Amino acid sequence: MADLLFGSSFSSSGLCGMNSASAHSGSSDFMTLPLQTDEHVVALRKLVREQSITIKLTLVDQTKFVTAASELARNTLKYGGGGNVSFSLLSNGERQGLCLVFEDKGPGIVDIAQALTDGFTSGTGLGLGLGGAKRLVDEFAIESEPGRGTVVKIVKWKK
Amino acid sequence: MDRIPILRMGKLLLVTIQVDMHDQLAMTLQDDLTERIVKEQAKGVLIDISALDVVDSFIGRMINNTAAMARVLDASTVIVGMQPAVAITLVELGLTLTGVKTALNVEKGIALLGKRLL
Repeated sequence: MADLLFGSSFSSSGLCGMNSASAHSGSSDFMTLPLQTDEHVVALRKLVREQSITIKLTLVDQTKFVTAASELARNTLKYGGGGNVSFSLLSNGERQGLCLVFEDKGPGIVDIAQALTDGFTSGTGLGLGLGGAKRLVDEFAIESEPGRGTVVKIVKWKK
Repeated sequence: MDRIPILRMGKLLLVTIQVDMHDQLAMTLQDDLTERIVKEQAKGVLIDISALDVVDSFIGRMINNTAAMARVLDASTVIVGMQPAVAITLVELGLTLTGVKTALNVEKGIALLGKRLL
């Protein structure tokens, strides 16, 4: 996880390649979408749903992953001032998975542990977004630096 | 601007959410619904979310708040038709919709509102 965000080797496509899984490089398996408006959040939910169906996640896992994506997309939009999200399909031997990386260049998070605590919010929300999203996925990584931005990575594997 | 239609049947307001909710749409619905409750002197609000395959914390909060606002305006709200996968996800997310009445379908929802609609 070191220098996920600000290391010299930083690139979105490389992020999902971590954890001994390899991201496909085919164009249909990797894409980046903007997150600047409410409509972009809706478009992301639709994409994540379609891809979750493609790799045959169970309905509950589909719903959990789409919901986590929706929470994080909203964070990027509201707290990060907009950004983008990269999607990639993962393959780890016999298992398939989906990876999303949310990036913004917003104010960043000073205390990540506090931000992950249920009920904590810097805005007007319920404070369930970050911690809630973490509970809904299989892998969760976050890196943030005040003044430079935030990167959040989530992965869901087909069981 | 997009709007979710609100149907009136006697003292009941019926909202069927058929589109993918974005945040602004949810806020507009909340405003529209509270206005209609007062205007129509509605005693019950049924919100059918059976077509929603995602309810995240924002939409969940909107549902919670709408029910609370309706209560203050002397109307009871029932959320009907939540998909099982959505229920599992919502609770895991940490949103239990305490204080919001729920029913499995519109018919059961109307039964729950019962005498208030007479």
